[in-house]
Amino acid sequence: MSVASSTASTEDTTGAPDAGGTAAGMASTPPPPSAPGAGGVPRRKIPWTTRMRRDRSLLIMVAPAVLLLAVFAYVPMAGNVVAWQDYSPYVGIRNSPFIGWANFERVFTNPLFLDAVANTLVITAFQLVFFFPVPIVLALLLNSVLTPGLRTTIQSIVYLPHFFSWVIVVTIFQQIFGGAGVLASRMRDAGYTGFDLMTNPDTFLLLITAQSVWKDAGWGIIIFLAALATVDPQLYEASVVDGAGRWRRMWHVTLPAMRPVIILLLILRLGDSLTVGFEQLILQRGAVGVDVAEVLDTFVYYQGVVNGDWAFAAAAGLVKGLVSLALVLGANKLAHLVGEAGVYQRA
Amino acid sequence: MRIESETVAEKPVRKLPHRRSDRYRALLRGKNRPVWEEDPNPLGLVVKGVALLLIVLTVLFPLYTVVLTSLSTQADVVRSGGLVIVPGGLSLSAYTQILSGGIVTRATIVSIGITVVGTVLSTTVSVLAAYGLSRPGSFAHRPLLFLFLITMFFGAGMIPTYLLVSNLGLIDSYWSLILPGAVSAFNVLILRAFFMGVDRSITDAARIDGAGDWRILGQIVLPMSKAVVAVVALFYGVGYWNAFFNAMLYINDNAKWPLQLVLRSYVLQGVTLPGSGVGQVDIDDGAVTGLPVKMAVMVLAIIPILVVYPMVQRHFTKGVIFGAIKG
Repeated sequence: MSVASSTASTEDTTGAPDAGGTAAGMASTPPPPSAPGAGGVPRRKIPWTTRMRRDRSLLIMVAPAVLLLAVFAYVPMAGNVVAWQDYSPYVGIRNSPFIGWANFERVFTNPLFLDAVANTLVITAFQLVFFFPVPIVLALLLNSVLTPGLRTTIQSIVYLPHFFSWVIVVTIFQQIFGGAGVLASRMRDAGYTGFDLMTNPDTFLLLITAQSVWKDAGWGIIIFLAALATVDPQLYEASVVDGAGRWRRMWHVTLPAMRPVIILLLILRLGDSLTVGFEQLILQRGAVGVDVAEVLDTFVYYQGVVNGDWAFAAAAGLVKGLVSLALVLGANKLAHLVGEAGVYQRA
Repeated sequence: MRIESETVAEKPVRKLPHRRSDRYRALLRGKNRPVWEEDPNPLGLVVKGVALLLIVLTVLFPLYTVVLTSLSTQADVVRSGGLVIVPGGLSLSAYTQILSGGIVTRATIVSIGITVVGTVLSTTVSVLAAYGLSRPGSFAHRPLLFLFLITMFFGAGMIPTYLLVSNLGLIDSYWSLILPGAVSAFNVLILRAFFMGVDRSITDAARIDGAGDWRILGQIVLPMSKAVVAVVALFYGVGYWNAFFNAMLYINDNAKWPLQLVLRSYVLQGVTLPGSGVGQVDIDDGAVTGLPVKMAVMVLAIIPILVVYPMVQRHFTKGVIFGAIKG
């Protein structure tokens, strides 16, 4: 039904004030000479008030979500001003004095913050190597299962842990690999000294990566399987005719088909470099210690909510948010440069 | 013909060393292998089978022992030194203990309430927003869409959100567990992508017949998108059910804790459950304290997922891929 094209619609909204009160009648008036789309059929320019009235039910539908976002996403965004304040909850945002960049200076000179940054990056890098490829390999493996029933069953099973909470996952690991866990107690029964992976800082990276793999690697294959399903079987057939064996087909047909998705997910992961399993880590920070388990998000939580150093924590959180934003946009730019679609298309 | 067969008989064909019978080959190839593909290597098949079996067991075995432990007695736990792997005597006493009132029962009810209310609210609001943004060229849809997109790339941060919730007086209110994360732009985009895929001629026909947008959404678009709405509802539902950190932030009164937070304190961190003798202090610095009870709480937290999951699971690919690629 909409007559206005997308270009016209943007002009409509910008040129809005002129249309003012002249409401419904305008719709039927002939287009002004400067109307866009002059070639071919002249496009009528509909005043914004008319379009607003025409789409009012759509706007009413969007309203609750916009309201919720406005209150719970955009108001807090503005609330980041506390990062420039000497904020005190007793005085409130409105009356707390502004102190310039002092909080940010404290953030960047704080050794604990720098440790948290280091831990975050180490965990990201480690998981990039030891988590990221797992779903790809799993997807290739599962894709080679040809019996439809068997394949669906395995798929349903490996997706399942994704839907368990981190509390459940960590508890399961604790009961198996913890000091009182079943493995350690069996070993003690057999005369060895027990062990406790849950409190060992040296193996913590391995532990959390194993947890992530158990929980999310299965779910991770879903997008790769979908990419594999779109491969034209004729490509395989043709490559067989050309003499390609199993592995060559994987290298020259299957993997190229997965490449856009792999790059897309890599970008998303890189953009998310500063976010590593917050719920997972906050559950284990106490057991294993701050030295290895403190990441940016837990740092913000403990400095702000636990210690009550609100403005300082807000500054740290804001730094993290902005750097993350830059990372996503940068990674996406990079994707465009190497000729991939990226997370979002350039309109 | 005769001459040819004679020549063959004179020069016997060298028998291939691994000539396979047709039946063996058919078995090896299975029913679904495309004709162009070579016969699989039997060793490869075995390796693959073992790998898949191990993967499946890695997922299922922990669940098995958790469920079994919850159905065992404390004596079984002591005997096996932790999680029970070989079934001893089965008993439901752990479940009767946690479900006969007390903090776990209350937490379960709280979690169910939050999940139901939250899922209904989030799904409704998201479906409406997605439809509202799905018509090309509608008034202000670009800036509105942008408003959603921004929240995917830049989060406000924990501290300002906490300050807001606390200023709104929502600390210790269940709404603090629902409202701040009620709308996920990602889910809205999944839904929107689907709604945009609905054949335009159908909705236009309805419009010509005099149907408004509410009616088109309710009677045409929604019935055609049941699968993706179910997936999004599942995402929201699982999110609400599994959330514990927001409760850690906003709920100080532990009588109001949802199940996951109870799980964290009493099961993961081993704080003794108050009342009803649930957390008998045991030997080994409380290491095996009431393990059946703890595992019963775990099972309680897993059950709803196991119940809902199979119903929605077959729609996953559609929903997730749509969102990921078009978002």
